[in-house]
Amino acid sequence: MLSRLGRFFVLSTSYIANYGYADGSGEYYVSIDSEKCNACGECIPACPMHIFQVEEDDYGDMAAVVKESHRKSLKYVCAPCKPTSGVRNLPCQKACKPGAIVHSW
Amino acid sequence: MTTQVEYWRWTESRYTNPEVDWRKASTITAGIDVGSVSSKAAVMADNEILAYGLMRTGSNSPDSALNAINRAIEGTGLTMKDIKFIVGTGYGRINIPFAGKAITEIACHARGANYIWGPVVRTILDMGGQDCKAIHCDEKGKVTAFLMNDKCAAGTGRGMEVFADLLQVPITQVGEMSLQVDKEPPPVSSTCVVFAKSEGIGLLRQGWSKNMVLAAYCSAMAHRVVTLLERIGMEKEFVLTGGISKNIGVVSRLEKELGIQAVPLPKDQKFDPQLAGAIGGALFARDLLAKSRKAF
Repeated sequence: MLSRLGRFFVLSTSYIANYGYADGSGEYYVSIDSEKCNACGECIPACPMHIFQVEEDDYGDMAAVVKESHRKSLKYVCAPCKPTSGVRNLPCQKACKPGAIVHSW
Repeated sequence: MTTQVEYWRWTESRYTNPEVDWRKASTITAGIDVGSVSSKAAVMADNEILAYGLMRTGSNSPDSALNAINRAIEGTGLTMKDIKFIVGTGYGRINIPFAGKAITEIACHARGANYIWGPVVRTILDMGGQDCKAIHCDEKGKVTAFLMNDKCAAGTGRGMEVFADLLQVPITQVGEMSLQVDKEPPPVSSTCVVFAKSEGIGLLRQGWSKNMVLAAYCSAMAHRVVTLLERIGMEKEFVLTGGISKNIGVVSRLEKELGIQAVPLPKDQKFDPQLAGAIGGALFARDLLAKSRKAF
């Protein structure tokens, strides 16, 4: 019962955070689903460019976020993991067990 | 000597709610939203908005915040000491020394829009001075998805300032003037504000009227923000906040493009939609204060 209540609570505060931007060349967003994110922090060492961190959100829950300093340059920061021959197995997505991380491009 | 006219300059304002007596209120809280262009402060007595101040942001966040809150409490008899808790939000939120907590403007805008328009609001578009935010929220004003674009000035107040200045039209009249055209021109094609300005100059040279160029830019701005809304989930219970929400030229074109009319402001509502972030901050402050009192 308690765990069910707990889950209901998590559901009611969940949101999808889109970090990134759109410019003339396209849309570059890394989105994190706070409902799925368990703030485990596995994404932090997994990302070769260190773009993630875990912090408290506005509602007092812990969640992974994209660091402010990288939000305006994701197209370039994420480029090493996205070869033109095709994107396979992004390290951040591989490390994220609950599958909370989605890239828009 | 000739006087320099600054076309981007809008009038600062303040408001006191005559129906609220703060002396009878048990808690007084405030929200200060230090934006990139304007600083807003909203003071709340229990559950009612008591006063607000809407000022321009200077080069210094603490001064701008103080300026806004002082303007809000001006003439109400309140002093800073009477305000029990202040939440800071907006671009300059980390630099407000007298704020008890900083909360992102995304959460504050959702909360404020929920207060102003009521629980029906689901999609909020905040077109601010230097960024554009699309927010999706639930019936309690809690964020369920958000997206912020602050990399580029297209779709923001800064972009509109550039055009007001170029065409020598006071920024507050841009919207009205852009609607006074016989035929809707195609939108300005450049996304980048700097290129759009060059394009605007080109259009003037081709013999376009000021109104036509403004119409083309308002329509480009409306077109630009539609993709942001689509990404976070567009619903018909949709409202606009921020400075551009007062530009009828952009709002009407956006409504046309979306095929949805924005939820109108409630009839007895005297708050400026630009205040949504500050009002949300004051509401968060009220809750945080109640929570801390419970803890002791």
